[in-house]
Amino acid sequence: MSPQPVLAIRGVTKSFGRLEVLRGVDLEVAEHEAVALIGASGSGKSTLVRCIDLLDEIDDGDIFLDGEVITDPAVDPVAMRRRLALVFQAYNLFPHLTVLENVALGDMRAHGASRGEAESRARSLLERFGLGGRERDRPDDLSGGQQQRVAIARAFAGRPRAMLLDEVTSALDPELVGEVLDAVRDLKAEGVTMLIVTHEMGFAREVADRVGFLHDGRILELGPPERVLSEPERPETQRFLRRLLEAGRI
Amino acid sequence: MSGSEATLDRRAARGAAKRRRARRGQAIAAISSVVVLGGLAALILTSPGWPDVRDTFFSWSAFKDSFPDVLSAFWLDIKLFVTVEIAVLILGLLVALVRTSATAALFPVRLLAVVFVDLFRGIPTILLVYLVGFGIPALELSGLPTDPLVLGGIALTLSYGAYVAEVYRAGIASVHRSQRDAALAVGLTEGQALRHVILPQAVRRVGPPLLNDFIALQKDVALVSILGVVEAFRQAQIFASSTFNYTPLLGAALLYLCVTVPLARMLDRLGTGASGLTV
Repeated sequence: MSPQPVLAIRGVTKSFGRLEVLRGVDLEVAEHEAVALIGASGSGKSTLVRCIDLLDEIDDGDIFLDGEVITDPAVDPVAMRRRLALVFQAYNLFPHLTVLENVALGDMRAHGASRGEAESRARSLLERFGLGGRERDRPDDLSGGQQQRVAIARAFAGRPRAMLLDEVTSALDPELVGEVLDAVRDLKAEGVTMLIVTHEMGFAREVADRVGFLHDGRILELGPPERVLSEPERPETQRFLRRLLEAGRI
Repeated sequence: MSGSEATLDRRAARGAAKRRRARRGQAIAAISSVVVLGGLAALILTSPGWPDVRDTFFSWSAFKDSFPDVLSAFWLDIKLFVTVEIAVLILGLLVALVRTSATAALFPVRLLAVVFVDLFRGIPTILLVYLVGFGIPALELSGLPTDPLVLGGIALTLSYGAYVAEVYRAGIASVHRSQRDAALAVGLTEGQALRHVILPQAVRRVGPPLLNDFIALQKDVALVSILGVVEAFRQAQIFASSTFNYTPLLGAALLYLCVTVPLARMLDRLGTGASGLTV
């Protein structure tokens, strides 16, 4: 008997107006597992992640967190979001707060920690992601790579059951990608359950336990990275990977 | 060797040219100031009516006699300004929050907020002071204020509250949606996101336009004089009409400037500082 998955997505659909972005997505992420989602722009990857964190409302299907349905209209979305974490492509740090306050805010306001507790936890998280000494800086004073590491610390500060990473390196200059990927490797090593939307195929191969290929609102192929990335079965996956190869992205 | 000497020479030449340009710029500014200001002064001082204007607007003795009373009346302007300003900041924020809310239950209040802004921003402030100042006492309802100072303050609060509500609303709208998403993603409620993430950023952004409205309000406080409140302008007017000398009005004008000019410089500093976002 396989244990219950942390995240289970069943038949999820989502349209914006007449544009069908998700057309029935099924996916499970087990405890301590990292699943990478790849696919072309517009394939629905970011929408799926936003739907899981209840920032966008799904049209049909169900999403379960630890076996509990979170997409029922009767469920309080705030309580569910507190058990998840989302890291955005554009970091979305709070520019009016210091780095330390960014990381401590959720712990204090959403999880009821005292300022002292929240800040000391935030301090050790910042230390862990190589940002010791930057606590009092504003986000604007940091490089993109540093900002994204603050965003990862902020997301992780809520002690989430699963972390959703939405193209966390896409907005970065190439030389800054490595430091952010290191932070994600660090989380993986600790056994954090993750759903990682990414364009970094090398990284997906290295960190992910499974890779899913999202195409046209559906997951067409899902399996171990070696198989999906090296011997894809579906012509759509083959075409996508060939294009990346031609663009020098692999 | 000779190449590096040439570089040094060019550097010295560039420095000299830069200094020359700066000196020339300063000289031109000084000369044009003298010409323009001197010309204006000459035009006024040689105008046929200047002796009369000098006696009626720039009489030192009239200034000396009236200024203490005008100054003490001006304290009323200051007190009214500060009180109304605080009320405006609170009222404007409430109206803006209601207008930007999305809760269905708040629809009637939202409608009311739209009507409030349209109405009080659309009526000339002087007319509003009249309507409130004479209309509310005429209702003869017990419990309503009858003090013209209070009524004038209410009229100013309504008028400026409508303006400031729109300033706040623009500030709230200018905070990108992704900030709300990020706040919700760390587990905040909609209310907490507004309170800890969106409003602090919105208020920082609208500092300069708010200060601009404060300056306007500080002058418009004089409008309560039409209800019979003896503030600086009214006090000066009383002197002017009893002595047929307008110097007291000039004294009152100076007092308003004493408040508005420092506010304006503060506004400049906000505007040129790091996009007004520095804390």
